[in-house]
Amino acid sequence: MTRLRANDLTLAYERRTVAEGLSVAVPDRSFTVVVGPNACGKSTLLRALARTLKPRSGTVLLDGNDIHTLPTRAVARTLGLLPQSPIAPDGITVADLVARGRYPHQRLLRQWSGEDERVVTEAMAATGVTDLAGAYVDELSGGQRQRVWIAMALAQETPLLLLDEPTTFLDIAHQIDVLDLCARLHQEEGRTLVAVLHDLNHAARYATHLIAMRDGEVVAEGDPSTVVTAELVEEVFGLPCRVIPDPETDTPMVIPAVRRSATV
Amino acid sequence: MILRTPGGWSVRVRTRALAVGALCLLAALVFAVVAIGSGDYPMSPAAVVRTLAGYGSAADAFIVEQVRLPRVLTALLTGAALGLSGALFQSLVRNPLGSPDLLGFTQGAAAGALVTVVAGGGSVALMGGAVAGGVATGVLIYALSWRQGVHGYRLVLIGIGVAAILTGVNGYLLTRADIPDATRAVLWLTGSLNGRGWNDVVPLLVAVTVTVPPVVLGGGRGLRMLEMGDETAYALGVRVERLRLMLLAAAVLLASFAAGAAGPVSFVALTAPQLARRLTADPGPNLVASLCMGAALLTGADLAGQRIIPGHQLPVGVLTGVLGGGYLLWLLATQRRRGRI
Repeated sequence: MTRLRANDLTLAYERRTVAEGLSVAVPDRSFTVVVGPNACGKSTLLRALARTLKPRSGTVLLDGNDIHTLPTRAVARTLGLLPQSPIAPDGITVADLVARGRYPHQRLLRQWSGEDERVVTEAMAATGVTDLAGAYVDELSGGQRQRVWIAMALAQETPLLLLDEPTTFLDIAHQIDVLDLCARLHQEEGRTLVAVLHDLNHAARYATHLIAMRDGEVVAEGDPSTVVTAELVEEVFGLPCRVIPDPETDTPMVIPAVRRSATV
Repeated sequence: MILRTPGGWSVRVRTRALAVGALCLLAALVFAVVAIGSGDYPMSPAAVVRTLAGYGSAADAFIVEQVRLPRVLTALLTGAALGLSGALFQSLVRNPLGSPDLLGFTQGAAAGALVTVVAGGGSVALMGGAVAGGVATGVLIYALSWRQGVHGYRLVLIGIGVAAILTGVNGYLLTRADIPDATRAVLWLTGSLNGRGWNDVVPLLVAVTVTVPPVVLGGGRGLRMLEMGDETAYALGVRVERLRLMLLAAAVLLASFAAGAAGPVSFVALTAPQLARRLTADPGPNLVASLCMGAALLTGADLAGQRIIPGHQLPVGVLTGVLGGGYLLWLLATQRRRGRI
């Protein structure tokens, strides 16, 4: 049983068709990671799953219903999205930003319940930003800011959470920070996560389900230890490489081959 | 501050924003009372309040009701409409320069009004022309900006382009008018409240009462989410395009009616939200505070325009530029907090 799936999608921007006949199922309670070369349509797929992009044809099903026929506020209580570059309003504090994640649970006359308060406090604790509550978001470091945005998405309290390149623009330590946080959310809270990542080794280490895309098509999917092979990396990214076990986790690790032209 | 009732209702009260709004409103009302009392037939503020409450002398009542109240009400309502309209535009395009007088909507209203002036129409026709011109420009800009949704930058650039074209059109229309009409039109184009009567107040009052409650109560919270980008707002359950269209329409209507009543008064829509935001220190769209600030700015500017040079009235548009712009520069210069814009 999968709560979120895409059937036979045609995805397109104004003139450019990104994908045709694309079908994907997100296994429940998985940490699904989508990888692929630039412009392969992975972010576009994520946007379609989050209903921010309407497919030309095909349907995205959430709990068996076409996501575009469901009330958007109800969807927002089930499915969260952290976009690639969200905008922090000028002069907003961390606590205020995280609190905005409660929007789909609020009404004109139910603007801030005890439940809202509790969830926001928990979301800030889970992401380690409690001490920053009063700080201005535009003064934080990139890593802190990303954790604040994740806290906002957590405050939305959705069983499904989509993350579009959550580690881009972060240094290596902060990338691991964010991925550890995601893994914890997945394991401890049983949330289903779908993330687009650039780093194959990160994907192989953290994902429980890997989807490799190229030119708008799914080339392979499944457990990273079976999916990530030298042949697949060559096929998807055009990169000759070796795949060895990660000495830390035993998951597949991609070592790019030395290309003759690049050596001195 | 959170207000909760036993029934599970809760309302979030932004204390500081509320205080700023209340103070601006108070300032606007004080300016209004002083303005009603000043002129060739001076009245004390006490006499003004007494007359407004219905206990004044017959002479006072005539002066207040027939001559001065309509002008002051026009100032209050125009200011409120411009303040709110500016706050909506700035928030929707996520740009502090997004104001109806820079994005072409005001120029559109002016073009509509000038057409009626050239055709020799009266003040009712002028109001109608301004609203029609503003709305038509709004539709045009929205249609040109549409590309799988409307995006802030595109709307700003297209608005600036349309504004430039309409400025040219307006200049041409002026050359086609007879000298007396052209003089009247130029005064109107500066923004003036001179000689405003009840037939200016009523349409404006209707427009403001119809638009403000749905915008503030129904759109305010969604607009707050929209400031984090379309995708984030969408993910949080905001019907982005619908909300944006509704709020843009309201902002265009408010700006057009304001222009119809007082002419294209410059700068209030641009400065009122900026001033309000700096005083409330709230990152949200500050709709109510901007509305009250606009009303205070315009009534204050009109009062100053009548008083500053004895025996000579300056059009309110001259003063709003100087006062609002000056105050904003002063705030920007003195507020060094953390390099914020």
